[in-house]
Amino acid sequence: MSAKVVTITSGKGGVGKTTTTANLAVALAQQEQRVVCIDGDIGLRNLDVILGLENRIVYDLVDVIEGRCRLKQAMIRDKRLPELYLIPAAQTRDKSAVSPSDMVRLCDELRNEVDWILVDSPAGIERGFKNALAPADIVLVVTNPEISAVRDADRIVGLIEAEEKGPAKLILNRVNSSLTKRGDMISAEDVLELLAIDLIGIIPEDENVVVASNRGQPVTLSEKAKAGQAFRNIARRLLGEEVPYMNLDEKGGLFDRLSRMIKSGGD
Amino acid sequence: MSNQNQSEIQIKGIREGLLVTVSDGKWEDIQNSLLLQIQEKEKFFKGAKLALEVGIREMHAAELGVLRDRLADRDIGLWAVLSSSPVTEQNAQVLGLATKVSTPKAERKIKTPDNTIPGENAVFINRTVRSGFKVLSHEHIVVMGDVNPGGEIIAGGSIIIWGKCRGLVHAGADGDETAVICALELAPMHLRIANYFATSPKGKGKPQPELAKVVNGQVVAETWKLKAR
Repeated sequence: MSAKVVTITSGKGGVGKTTTTANLAVALAQQEQRVVCIDGDIGLRNLDVILGLENRIVYDLVDVIEGRCRLKQAMIRDKRLPELYLIPAAQTRDKSAVSPSDMVRLCDELRNEVDWILVDSPAGIERGFKNALAPADIVLVVTNPEISAVRDADRIVGLIEAEEKGPAKLILNRVNSSLTKRGDMISAEDVLELLAIDLIGIIPEDENVVVASNRGQPVTLSEKAKAGQAFRNIARRLLGEEVPYMNLDEKGGLFDRLSRMIKSGGD
Repeated sequence: MSNQNQSEIQIKGIREGLLVTVSDGKWEDIQNSLLLQIQEKEKFFKGAKLALEVGIREMHAAELGVLRDRLADRDIGLWAVLSSSPVTEQNAQVLGLATKVSTPKAERKIKTPDNTIPGENAVFINRTVRSGFKVLSHEHIVVMGDVNPGGEIIAGGSIIIWGKCRGLVHAGADGDETAVICALELAPMHLRIANYFATSPKGKGKPQPELAKVVNGQVVAETWKLKAR
């Protein structure tokens, strides 16, 4: 079976692309999938830190592309899971060290080795984003329920459509249901209505995520955290399962309405 | 001789079959010439329904009868004789032939009916105009989809948005103050008609279709109502 290339992007920085990539990779690997993640953020690498693999980097993406090592040598295996690998970004180079066709070639080489290739896109709409988008079969757009993040996500969705990589799927990250309820945060409905793309997951605001990321232990590795459960649900949806949306609000309401809305076709 | 006669016979296909138009001249010659042509293109004529147009020529019933029989011998049905001569018409009727057919002469003219409105050109955008995308045209612009914040629509004419308008819209960009902007939900970041501009008021009530236009040097938005224009 040939692997699917999933690119995780957002436009705006700091919305949780890298965290999402790391956690989805863990969640897919927990489902006994063979997963490799590629850090596309050359010069500002983070994925290795969040996965806790920083101290094991010998070769990186640019080394592979420039032929200084074999692909297998740059794939760092995560020992906590059966088949999870990371190809880290180079820290001493910049985005121009890689071209979109390099990424396509690299992913094509990996396709027969694994089931999923997750590409973590850097923020922005420049070279790094284009590199990450080029090999994609599926594009996941991560956004927060904040006006600036949604605005950037809209631009990114437009660019993805223009590259004919769409329709992208949406991950709404850091949703705080009590803030939304008080009307201090845009509701998930409003975001979906504006972006008009399919939702694949809602991640609740969860302080465990920050703690886990700092420790290099993605939150999905923990059984209890709500955010981890949300990532596992997304992984199952990627695998084609129908998973109901979590009830993040103790009293129901928003997410009930939202999941009904999604079932009825998105609007 | 034969060639000259042939030129006196025109054969056209019409809806009802074939229409043979003959000119003046000795009937005997014309008939022979016609039969000769038929013989030359036997396959083409076989089984045909034939209408004969003779113009002002006066023809006797006997002449028509002979022609009909000769044609029948060749498996061709003479069913109509068209003539402006009342005598010929009458004689044809006696033989049970039709005297009217929708001839190509009475071609239906495709004239523009008075009830079509000429209309003006417009650009049609069948998608959502997202942030960072721009539609530019000197004509009118019709968008079937939303115009999101950060999206821009700039038209020389009017702008119609079948969706929500939340981006930047500029109608009458070439200076046309009669241009209008309408949308199912009109909440643009920035709206301009010709050189007049407006922003949408905050905290509006229930979204409804609205139309913005320039009245006395000010942009006004009103609820969309159907009215004669």
